[in-house]
Amino acid sequence: MDDKKLAIIATKGSLDWAYPPFILASTAAALGYETQIFFTFYGLVLLKKKLNLQVTSLGNPAMPMPMPVPVFMQAMPGMQAMMSSMMKAKMKKKGVASVEELRDLCLEAEVKMVACEMTVQLFDFDKKDFIDDIEYAGATTFFQFAGESDISLYI
Amino acid sequence: MPEHAQELDASGLNCPLPILRAKKTLNGMESDQVLKIIATDPGSVKDFEAFAKQTGNELLESSEEGGKYIFFLKKK
Repeated sequence: MDDKKLAIIATKGSLDWAYPPFILASTAAALGYETQIFFTFYGLVLLKKKLNLQVTSLGNPAMPMPMPVPVFMQAMPGMQAMMSSMMKAKMKKKGVASVEELRDLCLEAEVKMVACEMTVQLFDFDKKDFIDDIEYAGATTFFQFAGESDISLYI
Repeated sequence: MPEHAQELDASGLNCPLPILRAKKTLNGMESDQVLKIIATDPGSVKDFEAFAKQTGNELLESSEEGGKYIFFLKKK
């Protein structure tokens, strides 16, 4: 069992999309998988020391809303921040872990996190803003691990 | 009810926290010791079965009592 491996690519940086990589990685680690997450493009923000993740209903007609809100209203200033804090409050109430907590559990379980160096350059990110226990590398490094993994997920 | 060395109350916690907390508690236990887990997440019933199958820790008992799910896991 100890030799199973899971490779994940995390490409999205919204609050809702932050969950799948960290939930799956932490669970896999608990099951004995050696796990690695490669963060690229918008996924890079999931590695920031200070997370400010948001959620939006725009372009996502499936998002459950407490009341019907016309799409043009959803685009009003402040709506995204409001929806994000409502979502975070709901998650807390339902006993769903915060993204920060899940990320800490992943690090504690020795999930290896790799940041895409190209994305750092592209968006002029400052490496000082990212958490410490990560590596910076490219696609080839991902394949070195993914090539011998049992499961590979693109999220 | 099996004798247990430790107890973990995961009430109110949602997936995957009950499993992660259980794993962490098991890490600090000796082989053959039994951990009692209390959870309220209905998904944990299937998940603890799957956890036991995949990790080799034995699920001695799984039951429900007044909206609480009780598991007894024997450490491999």
